[in-house]
Amino acid sequence: MAVADQQAAVASVVGKPTVIVDDLHITYRVMGPRPAGAQADGASALRRVLSRKGSPGLREIKAVKGVTFVANHGDAIGLIGRNGSGKSTLLRAIAGLLPPEKGAVYTDCQPSLLGVNAALINSLSGEQNILLGGLAMGMTPGEVKEKFTSIVDFAGIGDFVELPMNAYSSGMSARLRFAIAASVSHDVLLIDEALATGDAEFRRKSEARIRELRDEAGTVFVVSHSLGVIRETCNRAIWIDAGTLKMDGDVNEVLAAYEAVVEK
Amino acid sequence: MTTSDLERSGPAALADRHGLTPIGQQPALRAYMASLWERRYFMWTFARSRIAAENAESRLGQLWQVLNPLLNAAVYYLVFGVILGANKNIENYIAFLITGVFIFAFTQRTIMSGSRSISGNLGLVRALHFPRAVLPFAKVIEELIKTGTSLIVLAVIVLATGEPLTGQWLLLAPVILLQLMFSAGLALLFARLTADVRDIAQFLPFALRIWMYLSGVMYSIRLFVEDRDVSPVIEWVLIGNPAAVYIELARDALMATDQTNAPIWTWYLAIGWAVVMLPLGFLFFWRAEARYGRG
Repeated sequence: MAVADQQAAVASVVGKPTVIVDDLHITYRVMGPRPAGAQADGASALRRVLSRKGSPGLREIKAVKGVTFVANHGDAIGLIGRNGSGKSTLLRAIAGLLPPEKGAVYTDCQPSLLGVNAALINSLSGEQNILLGGLAMGMTPGEVKEKFTSIVDFAGIGDFVELPMNAYSSGMSARLRFAIAASVSHDVLLIDEALATGDAEFRRKSEARIRELRDEAGTVFVVSHSLGVIRETCNRAIWIDAGTLKMDGDVNEVLAAYEAVVEK
Repeated sequence: MTTSDLERSGPAALADRHGLTPIGQQPALRAYMASLWERRYFMWTFARSRIAAENAESRLGQLWQVLNPLLNAAVYYLVFGVILGANKNIENYIAFLITGVFIFAFTQRTIMSGSRSISGNLGLVRALHFPRAVLPFAKVIEELIKTGTSLIVLAVIVLATGEPLTGQWLLLAPVILLQLMFSAGLALLFARLTADVRDIAQFLPFALRIWMYLSGVMYSIRLFVEDRDVSPVIEWVLIGNPAAVYIELARDALMATDQTNAPIWTWYLAIGWAVVMLPLGFLFFWRAEARYGRG
């Protein structure tokens, strides 16, 4: 026991675990017919999802099948893998948004996804959406008021903030969505392909903001198809393949192994 | 290495050693209520934003909120009033019918939109972390705001049919409050049921329709019971039905010409249904808190 305490004391200084994923299984249940001999590949999964209005019947899609790893304070972890390999699902499960079928995710805080799109309403003004999005992320009305100007400035939308968001160009609304989402810092931050928004100038700005958020956060998870982004932002990578953990380690080693397989 | 060392080196033990707790666990009731209270501004803003969005998307959208029950009332007037003669012995049948239709519509709409509050917002449930009861409560607030508008229309019509504006009208406020509590309880209940079993959304309109026909919206339950000499059990069920209770009390408040005034225990029933249904629905919804979003 004394040894464990000592270990804990040492670990709390350097690389204290912030997120522990223990034999995690995530299963989606969708209505739809069971296609004959279908496997868990992306195309048939999409077909199954699209055809759910057809004949009824409960289907289970096992998106994550027994993943285990420990993330430590100071880690920036890139999740890589093919489309439909379960990266985004894993991210959502770490955020506590998808209930595990089996296993568990342990954490001492509330990991948060960077993203607020689902809470926004396009026919409302930017102003109203900043309030709505801020409150949805857990800010108080006072905090939203405080951050309002910096959000508008960061998004660079100026007077457009008074117009409904469906009058914005796609770049403008992407910028506003990012600015709202990135206005809060979190202990454990989860980023899903958020880097690929806006024009070159905004990209630079948003990448700088993400670095800031990363420094403020204890642990960062990044899902991206751009291996360049992962290499730049992460010190560690986890390769997910068909819902299982294929490789976990130093970012350069994992990316090299992944690239070797993908290029084949 | 001993067995206990092996056990201690597992991920769960590591988590335990560092004070990490499993995420997505069922929250304690008190903590849940506190976190819900913290999100009250979100609830309110969400409800108002939805209404603002509906207004922005179509001007007629809000008009239908009033037109729909009015057209329904016109159909019922024709079928039940003119053809079936349900209006005999009711002095002011138009006010009687319109009050019934509008009051029932409040409960009906609250339950319907509450039932879809989780299944219709899965994107939000899967993207952000907040107590899920925010969604059904936001729907209840949305329906309450909309009902405020239709109550004004109701008041104008009732006055136009010749009813006097009396102090009794103030009783409509507690009736609506109690009805709101009762309907919110059912909205929470059906929000969970529909999140578990999507098909309930299809079956619910029929159940609500049958309920409406049994609730004395277009006829007087008390006159019906006197006429038919029904068994005491059925009489008790018909009169004690919560929708019938709230409709009857609303009619008593608005109509001076309503001769079949409800006895005082109707108020006890109205309070009873409200204070039973709201906690019941809330507890039922809370029990599945950790599971929303999987479906």
